[in-house]
Amino acid sequence: MMERHRPDPDALLTRVQAAEQKERRGEVKIFLGYAAGVGKTYAMLEAAQRRLVEGVDVVAALVETHGRRETQALLESLPVIPRRELNHRGILVSEMDLDAVLARSPQLVLVDELAHTNAPGSRHLKRWQDVEEILAAGIDVYSTLNIQHLESLNDVVAQITGVLVRETVPDRFLDSAGEIVLVDLPPPELLRRLREGKVYVPEQAARAIHKFFRAGNLSALREITLRRVADRVDEEMRAYMQSRSIPGPWPAAERLLVCVSGSPYSERLIRAAGRLAAELRAEWVAVYVDTLDRDRQVQENREYVWRDLRLAESLGAKVASLTAPSATPAIMEYALKHNVTKIVTGKPVRPAWHRWPKRAIVDRLIQQSPGIDVVVVDVVPREGHLHHPPVPDRQSSTFAYGAAFGLVMVATLAAGFLQLFLAPTNLVMIYLLAVVLAALYLGLRPAILTAVMSVLAFDYYCVPPLFTFAVEDTQYFVTFAGLFTVGVTISTLVAKARAHAAAVQAREIQTGSLYALSRDLAGAFGPEAVARSVINHVGEVLEAGSAIMVSRDLSMEMLAASPGLTIDDKEAAVARWVFQNGTPAGAGTSSLSSARMRHVPLQGTRGLVGVMALAFDPQVRVLPPEKDSLIEAYANLTAMALERVDLSRKASQAKLLEESDKLHQAVMSAISHDLRTPLVSITGALSSLREEGDRLPESTRRELVEGAWEEAGRLNQFVGNLLEMSRLEAGMLRPRLEACDVQDLLGSAATAIAHRSENHPVLISVSEDLPLIPLDFVLMKLAVVNLLDNALKYSPAGLPIELSAHPVSGRIEIEVADRGPGIPAEELEKVFDKFYRASREADIGGTGLGLAISRGIVEVHGGSIRAENRPGGGARLVISLPAPVEARTGSTIPSTGREHA
Amino acid sequence: MPELKGQRVLVVDDEKAIRRFLRSILTAHGVEMLEAVSGGEALAAAAAGRPDLIILDLGLPDMDGQEVIRRLREWSDIPIVVLSVREDEAGKVAALDSGAADYVTKPFGTGELLARMRVALRQGSTVPAEPVFRSGDLEVDLPDRRVQVGGRPVSLTPNEFDLLRLLVVHAGKVFTHRQILVKVWGPGYAEDYHLLRVNISNLRRKIETDPARPRHIVTEPGVGYRLQTSG
Repeated sequence: MMERHRPDPDALLTRVQAAEQKERRGEVKIFLGYAAGVGKTYAMLEAAQRRLVEGVDVVAALVETHGRRETQALLESLPVIPRRELNHRGILVSEMDLDAVLARSPQLVLVDELAHTNAPGSRHLKRWQDVEEILAAGIDVYSTLNIQHLESLNDVVAQITGVLVRETVPDRFLDSAGEIVLVDLPPPELLRRLREGKVYVPEQAARAIHKFFRAGNLSALREITLRRVADRVDEEMRAYMQSRSIPGPWPAAERLLVCVSGSPYSERLIRAAGRLAAELRAEWVAVYVDTLDRDRQVQENREYVWRDLRLAESLGAKVASLTAPSATPAIMEYALKHNVTKIVTGKPVRPAWHRWPKRAIVDRLIQQSPGIDVVVVDVVPREGHLHHPPVPDRQSSTFAYGAAFGLVMVATLAAGFLQLFLAPTNLVMIYLLAVVLAALYLGLRPAILTAVMSVLAFDYYCVPPLFTFAVEDTQYFVTFAGLFTVGVTISTLVAKARAHAAAVQAREIQTGSLYALSRDLAGAFGPEAVARSVINHVGEVLEAGSAIMVSRDLSMEMLAASPGLTIDDKEAAVARWVFQNGTPAGAGTSSLSSARMRHVPLQGTRGLVGVMALAFDPQVRVLPPEKDSLIEAYANLTAMALERVDLSRKASQAKLLEESDKLHQAVMSAISHDLRTPLVSITGALSSLREEGDRLPESTRRELVEGAWEEAGRLNQFVGNLLEMSRLEAGMLRPRLEACDVQDLLGSAATAIAHRSENHPVLISVSEDLPLIPLDFVLMKLAVVNLLDNALKYSPAGLPIELSAHPVSGRIEIEVADRGPGIPAEELEKVFDKFYRASREADIGGTGLGLAISRGIVEVHGGSIRAENRPGGGARLVISLPAPVEARTGSTIPSTGREHA
Repeated sequence: MPELKGQRVLVVDDEKAIRRFLRSILTAHGVEMLEAVSGGEALAAAAAGRPDLIILDLGLPDMDGQEVIRRLREWSDIPIVVLSVREDEAGKVAALDSGAADYVTKPFGTGELLARMRVALRQGSTVPAEPVFRSGDLEVDLPDRRVQVGGRPVSLTPNEFDLLRLLVVHAGKVFTHRQILVKVWGPGYAEDYHLLRVNISNLRRKIETDPARPRHIVTEPGVGYRLQTSG
């Protein structure tokens, strides 16, 4: 029994989320009235005054007093943010200064007349969008609204009052308001105030005023308003009961579906469905079925479909666009899959005979929808909105009909000729050919015309009596009927097939481009490469210039852009705004629509990754929905690819770390031995001297000290090598190139190992004509020293080590040759690998770092290193460096002349 | 060669082991040693203790060694010998160019350090150089601009002689490439390393027995050149 009283976890969660949302967002309190003049602004200001007394930081961002003295008086003690003046085509208009409000960031802002449409050039189309941004910044708002501006009630109000209001506020805005204050005044009182001139009426509306302010109208509006507020109270009550586990009758979840066709009646249908959904507190979905019918009329309709879907969305509907050859089964399938309980559809407008042989969708829905209610709404079109603007016919029309006529003429000529050989019934085939050709190349209607004309021409020219429409043999009527029926059927089929093929092709191109893009993106390794592929595809498929920007350190950084496309400061600001707010903005959207480009947020799975800016042809104002969805798909793919690139970069960094960790361990085990060995000798020698130095003979002491000294040198060189290796590994080894004398280099290297090479004469030979080479002297000396050390290790005592440098075909080679055992052929490639130790002799020390370092140094100089075996025994290690481009030979250049005092 | 005995030397190093090691060898040579462990302390000690020489480690915890040299040079000419590590050639050059007398690379031998200290102290003293310089088989007669190797006269170009004279007058002291170029050819040639290498190479051909293993003019890799004196 406890179970039943436990609060619904989902409902609790929603409530908690709503509470959290409140912490972040500001709250809006809406002063709702049923008509102008009921005192909304006054009530708002009174409330604001009370808050001011409570110590709240209240600011008036926009209050219309319309010169009323009482209202003006209330406003006086409030701080006011000055309006922003805009010059719109020579007329000065003032709008709320949104940025000033956000910058001032008070606790509470007063914004009058929520439904106002902003002047062009403002950030948002509508004032309620401004308010949303203020709320998003965590600032509370007081605002006012008349009921007729509410989107879902818009047409009802228009029907009652005969005045159509264009400025609307979406219902969800009112629904999400923290509080609604009903400002009420009995209609007779309002009318009295109107007569006394206390109600502000805009001049242009003066004529409509008598139509609007009638006792009947006002009562009706008042009732709608009261009901709306009562609904809300009811809902709050329900929310309260549900959260406190107060048991009660809960209605089963209703789900409505409304079909959208882009017809002139759709708008009313959608509003009706929206109201019904609100009354039932049901979710609702607006569905459009694209039947792939490429009839031009339908094509032109698509823009209206898109607007209908937008309208439904703004009324709180979910929106779905299905593709299917036939509407009714697709709707039914969708309805069953999504547990739709009611389908809302319009009453057929055209008489039944007009639709024949098709039946009205309503009939088919009713027949095919067991368990689903079908709600039929009467959709008498609103005046002035009955027909879409006529579609201008393209050249095709006249031409196609002319061509149809021509085809029939040709067929008739051919028939006239063939009449000599063929029976009339066979001549029908020629006319059929004409019909097929017309269907293939001219379209459906010209093809039907061809069929009709063919029947007439056939009758006139081929059926006796010739040159009359009279028919001798009544059997020919069968031929006529056959020709006509077959002709029309072929035309229809061909037209359908062609339209279908075109649609499939169009879709194929889109799918193909998405596939191609995702394939390209899969192969893109850096963010720039990702951006460039996207930009190429956008350019090809959407015929738009584009740019991809990502955020870096609080500013937007351009990854790539179409050639010739520039992002000026204004567009960059829009991009930043989009990145901060996560909603599309710019051209073709309802935010910042004066921008030149459309900016789409790139939403990855772990947050926004950037912004895609699209520059369409300025002629194109509204994009068809499929392009919209393509843009969305592109944005998704881009965001995912950018995220993937980022992740893989991080992964490879992690791998690098792991590898360097492995290196670390190898180094540790390898060097602990090489570090300790010299330390053993040094410590040993020092301890002997320290403990029994006096008792040791002079020669022993000398020996000990010499040994320790040598080992210390080895230790130092080893530590140096380790450091150099780690610098190489970290890519931090950047050579500082200076013109160097190779002889000096080899001499310095030989000197550095002199104390270790007492048993090995080092023979230096340098070609006389060697130029100075750009080298990092210190690094290259180390490279040569390591080669010499290697030679010392393997060279038997007494045999010379040859150190030489000479030019070899455009390069300069430095060579260290010994007379040791040489290197096994299979190891020649490996001797320069890190931690490689020759298998030649086990007892030769060293960690195998020296040659690896030499190779690293030579490579950062753009050179190469190799090992060879010498004829006659021994190994030769060769450094090959590119010769300087401009070879100034050292030996021939004279000192610059300078007179000496 | 000035005696080290009785000189006062300030050692600036944050490593206790190195200060201890230096104290024992310096004291053994009769040097009075002052200590500082940071740049700040060094500047204070240099002002208060008036040392004859400063041994300065470039890697100090509180202040860049270069900065210490720059601040010292604002008011004092006390010779400075810098302690540095092998990888930091750029640091050595910068220290020398901003006024350090010489450097020693860690780890160093006692003999090397003492020799550098002596040379540095000599630079600071006002004793005039001998008119004729002799080292090994090299003999340079400064007033007469004559050079002999193993008794045979060698003919040098004016620039080669000026170069050799610079090194000889400050025998044992290191010069950076830039310092030599500015002093011998003038400030306009400060970056012309190519010119310097060619002249050094030519000079060595003339005065060294084995130019590949020079005994007089030695290369300090990445830093510059020094004239090495031998008995």
